Formats: sequence, C-alpha cells, structure tokens
Amino acid sequence: MFVKRRITVLAALAAVVPLALAACSGGNDTPAQQPSGPVTLTWWHNGTTDPIKSIWEKVVADYHQAHGDVTIKAQPLQNEDFSTKVPLALQSAEPPDIYQSWGAGDLASQLTSGKVADITDFTKSWITQTTGKFGENWQVDGKQYGVPFEQHFVGFWYRKDLFQQAGITTPPKTMDELNAAVTQLKAKGIAPVSVGGKDRWPDAFYYNYFAVRECSIDVLKQSVKAVKLEDPCWTKAGQDLKNFLATQPFQTGFAGTPAQQGAGSSAGLVANGKAAMELQGDWEPGTMSSLTEDKQLDSNVGWFPFPSVAGGQGDPAAVLGGGDGFACTTRASKACADFLQYLGSEPVQTQLAAQGAGLPVNTVAAKSLKTDTLKAVYDYGTKAPYLQMYFDRAFPTAVGAALNDAVANMFAGQGTPEGIVAAVNQAAAGNK
Amino acid sequence: MTTATTPVRTAAKPSAPAVSARKHRPGRRKRLELALLLGPALLLFTGFVLVPIGIAAYYSVFNWKGFGPLDDFVGFKNYADAFGGKVFQSAIVHNLIIAGLSIVVQLPLSIGLALLLNRKLRGRAVLRALVFAPYVLSEAITAVIWALMLQPNGFADQTLRGAGLGGLVHNWLADPGIVLYTMFAVITWKYVGFGIILLLAGLQGVPAELREAAALDGASAWQTTRHVVLPLLGPTIRIWIFLSVIGSLQLFDVVWIMTQGGPANASTTMATYLIDHGFKRYEFGFGSAVAVILFVICFVFALLYQRFALRRDTQGALTRMVG
Repeated sequence: MFVKRRITVLAALAAVVPLALAACSGGNDTPAQQPSGPVTLTWWHNGTTDPIKSIWEKVVADYHQAHGDVTIKAQPLQNEDFSTKVPLALQSAEPPDIYQSWGAGDLASQLTSGKVADITDFTKSWITQTTGKFGENWQVDGKQYGVPFEQHFVGFWYRKDLFQQAGITTPPKTMDELNAAVTQLKAKGIAPVSVGGKDRWPDAFYYNYFAVRECSIDVLKQSVKAVKLEDPCWTKAGQDLKNFLATQPFQTGFAGTPAQQGAGSSAGLVANGKAAMELQGDWEPGTMSSLTEDKQLDSNVGWFPFPSVAGGQGDPAAVLGGGDGFACTTRASKACADFLQYLGSEPVQTQLAAQGAGLPVNTVAAKSLKTDTLKAVYDYGTKAPYLQMYFDRAFPTAVGAALNDAVANMFAGQGTPEGIVAAVNQAAAGNK
Repeated sequence: MTTATTPVRTAAKPSAPAVSARKHRPGRRKRLELALLLGPALLLFTGFVLVPIGIAAYYSVFNWKGFGPLDDFVGFKNYADAFGGKVFQSAIVHNLIIAGLSIVVQLPLSIGLALLLNRKLRGRAVLRALVFAPYVLSEAITAVIWALMLQPNGFADQTLRGAGLGGLVHNWLADPGIVLYTMFAVITWKYVGFGIILLLAGLQGVPAELREAAALDGASAWQTTRHVVLPLLGPTIRIWIFLSVIGSLQLFDVVWIMTQGGPANASTTMATYLIDHGFKRYEFGFGSAVAVILFVICFVFALLYQRFALRRDTQGALTRMVG
C-alpha cells in the first residue's frame, strides 16, 4: 500500500545521479557566456495565491512589454516544494533561471552546486539604493547571489477587543508585563497566546527572540558566522523560554496545531477571536483574513514588538525577521539580474505594498502600505539597530532544522535549555 | 516445490530423447517469447526499482548534501548515526507498535465484520460499500479530514461530550503519549475496509457444503466458524498480515500530514524520518542510508514471511515449473 511512495523517492534520487555526475565536470567561477538576442527566462516563485499571484502575472506581462526580447516563463510552485525541487534542479542541466531564495544559510548551501550565479557586477550599481542594507542577506562572502523583494519582521499580533475585555490598556513592553497580560486574559477565560506547534518554526520564533534579547549583537553575529553557540546567553534564552512555557500561555493542544491551515490553526484562532495574540511575521493579517468571515478584522488587530527581557545583553529594539528574494542561475544571469532590478523598482514595490502582499524592500514604496499597523511594523523593523535572520535560515539548513526540532521538543514538554544549545552544536559538527 | 516431470511438448520425432528436443526446437522461439513478454517489464523493473536501490545504497556511504560532487566518503557512518540516534530508534519502535497493533486489533475486527457482512442481512450491499468507502479515499484526504475532526473542541471532542463521555476527551494530536495511537486509529479506519473485502472474497471460497455438513454433525455456529471457516480463511489472513505489516513499516502519508512526526517525535516513523532528514535538511546521503535500512527491513521481512508463513499458500502457484 505504501510501496509507491518509497519508489517515488528512490526514483527521484535516481534521477539525480547522471545530473550529479554532469555537475562534477561543470562548476566554473567565471560568469558564463551570456546569451545574446531574445532570451526566455524560467522563473520559479511561490506566489500560488492572491494577491501575489496576480501581481507576478502582471509583472511578467509588463516586463515583456518593456523588454520585447525577454520572455519570462513563470512557474508557481507550492512553498513547501522548494526545499525538494531546488536541490534537484540545481543538479540538472537546465535549472530555472530565476528561483525563490530566502538568502543566508540556504543560499550558501546551494552555492556548492556551482549553478548559482554571482551577480555582484550586475547589481552593484543599484542594489544598495533599492534594498538598503537588507540586500546583504543575499550575499555570501561579500558576493551578491540574490536580491530580495520583500522583508519580514516578527512580532506579536493581538486582538484589541480581547485585550480590552481583559482590562489590558497598553500592549506589554517587558516580559513581566506580558506575563501579567497572560494572567489577566486567563482570568477572563480567554486563551492568551496561540502558536502553531505542529509546524515547529512558530515555536522557534520564541527561542529566536529570547536569544536576540539575551545575546549582544556581537555575539549574535559571531555565533551565526561560526555556527557555534558558546556564550551563556544561548542557554539563558532557553531558560527564558522554559519559564515562559511554565506560565502555560498557549491554547489547548498547541503542540498539534498547524500555523496557517484552517480556522483551527493558530492564525485562525486569533482571526476568529478564540485567542488573544500570536507571535508571527508581518504576513499574519493576510493569513488571518483568509481564515475568517470578519471583515473588520484589520481595525481590530494591533501589533507590538517582542518584549524586553530583564538583564538581557541584547538590544531591546533588535528585530527578528527575514525576507523573500530570488537567486539567479548561471545561464542568463545578466538578464535575470535586470529582471530582479525591476522587481525592486518603485512600480512593482508599490504594488506589493498596496495590495498587502508584504513589506517592500524599497523605501519609496513604504507609504503605500495598506494599514497603519503594517506601517508601524515596517517602521519598527527598518529602524531597528539590528535585524537577526530567523536562525533556521541564518544557519545552514540542517543546523536550522535541528534548532527548530529542539525548541519544538521543549514546547512538547521535553528537553532542557542546555539541550537546545547542544542540539545546534551537534548538528553543526555534522552529527545527526 | 513440485517440478513437472512429464514433458508437456511432444517431440517431433518420437524416438528423439525429450531432453534434446527441449534444448533445440522450442528454444529459440521460447527465448523470443520470453524476451518479448518479460523484456519491457524487466527493463522497467530494473530501471525504476533495482537501479534506484543500488544508487541509494551508493549515496548512503557519502556525506552528501544534494549539491556538488560525491567526494566525502564516510563508509557506514550514516548507518551508525541512524541506528545510534534516539529519534530513529523510536521511529523503528513506532513502526513495530503500529504493525503489532494492526495484527492484534485490525485483524479480529476485520474478521468479525467480514463474517457479519457475509450473512444474509438487510442492506448488506450498502453496509459493504460503507465499510469499504474509507479505503477508496486518498491518504491525504483522510489525514486532512481527521486532522480537522481531532483538533481541540473539534468534531471528535464535541461528539464525545455530547454522548456524555467528556472525560475521554484528549489532546489527540498534541499529547506525545497519545498521538501514536491516534495515528493507529485513523489508519484502522482507513484500512479495515480493505481487510474486510479481502476476507469476504476469502469467505466465498469456503464451500457451503462443509458448513452444512458441520451443522448436520451438530456443530454450533461458533464451532463451525472456529473449526471450519477460519482454517479455510488461513491463506487470506496470512496475505492480509503480510500486506498490513509491510504497510505499517512504510507508514508515511497520514502521519506526515497530521503531525509531521511530532510532537517531540512521538509519532515519527522510519519514512517520515527519512523525508525529514533527507529532504528537509539537505542530508541526502544520510537520508539514503535510512532508505536502505527501511528497504532491508521490509525485504528481509518479506523473504522470511514468504519462506515460513506463505510457503504452503503459494506452493504450486509460484514454484511449479510448467513446460
């Protein structure tokens, strides 16, 4: 009954072999000969739903109109498929010319394929102006391999009506205030915080943020670079998480709750007034609006940054986040880079912002953001003294996954603060 | 193991020895027939089963992230890591628990329902269709439906409360102590219909005369079932056990969609572990090692089971040489 599944996996592995062998012989660092004349670019993106789906369709049409010799062939893929399809594609003779990339550790892992193009020369004239410092997250060793089009910041989304019911007048600024708010909400029979524990990465947001508050910016930078957690602040972050979990702030059965699927998901619970807040990225309003009938949701939802932690070495204004971008492969990297410049330009960025698809990377588009709340998130994020990429993206893929697993185990009532640190260091050392 | 001793084909010259006739005359044609009939299947089987298994075995001795050349040979380290890891150990245990529970719970359930549905009763066709319906659903749909029904305060909880059984309400998918049994319940719901259909087919092969004879000899309904029907169902039951154990060892879809192996790896199976580590972490070498382990476990079980349990059932069917 399950035989088919295994064979599929094996067949997929089989498909890689000849390609892998082909890849061994390739792998040159010099930019390949760029095709001249009309060029067709294949584009893998994860915009399978609106609003971004329509925006990308329009972008393809507009770009072809302005550049008659460039045709973009867009291929929307499910977000989850990227982790399996990109590695296979990068081993093949014809990888997509443009593919979705989240920068940092993942991108660095993909470089070893020899198919990802160094686009430093094609982007250096405009990248800083378009993406600011944020674009550096798509660099590896000072070379540009991709360009972001959206940035994301994580913080608490909360329901104003439920906070009011519980008598909470101002959003919590410190952990003590957050704990007090949890107590007040519980007293009113409201689930204080929802979290999508089934998906693990939402759990990791908590540990990530505690670490950002406990560790100094220098320690954060140095630890990510070395892929090694040595400073005691990493263990303290785990202890903070453990203490927070001990207050039982989450909804019933949170370890089995998905983050974004259905009204019973963590986002759905907040959207439908079944929970008061959730630590999530700026995509949350968009996710929530598709999970509820409530048309007044936007005005009922507020945002506050992750609270400060007493005694922490971290900057209380540092922000956790990440972004969406695209990387180019070698065949037509110049044409690809030009297209990415267009994605970062004012018309496209303004559309992304105005239609609520995400926070723009180009500052000129910020004024088009849909709601005041999103503008507040944007301001907080862009003014933050330091942006820490989500650790599961900042670290190499396997290490990031190990971190998420260790944190999720703690959410399920197992493991210790030391265990999280050990799990990361072990994975970094190549142990399973 | 009976080998046909009588030559089926008659030799052209009655005086010529049968052996040489076999060697020469039908030889070429037969080989052509074999090549024509077996060739395509053999080619597909080699290309899509044997070669991938070989390749997986090859990958499994490298530390390989899926990118770049295979140059980091690590021998059997990936295997040692897998067997040494607590999560994979527990995954094997979970698979064995599911396999064991299938035999202990699903088998009697299927037999009972099959016997019931084999009797003449009103609406039998409808009932048969109903118990078989879940099997027709895809695993993905099954998993999504059950995930929705089992969420806190979902359909399952409300039904229990409505029936005055509120004390039985649990965190079906969130409690590490329960989640594996939740998975088993969902699998049972899905596959018990398949067992029933299989056994119903087997029951058609039990001659009515035997039951009548037993009844005439004064056997009770239970005695007839126990001593006449069940022994004759033996081959069907053994095949069902085989399919069920192999299915349990490779359990993936339902678990992956409902829990992704969580919380805290409490529902991880070998197959979800494989995907989690092979694909999600770009550890294709290690993932291949896990795939090979999974394959070897299933293969060894299949061989042993065929050798010792299915031997009598397949005797003649598989081992008799014709012509």
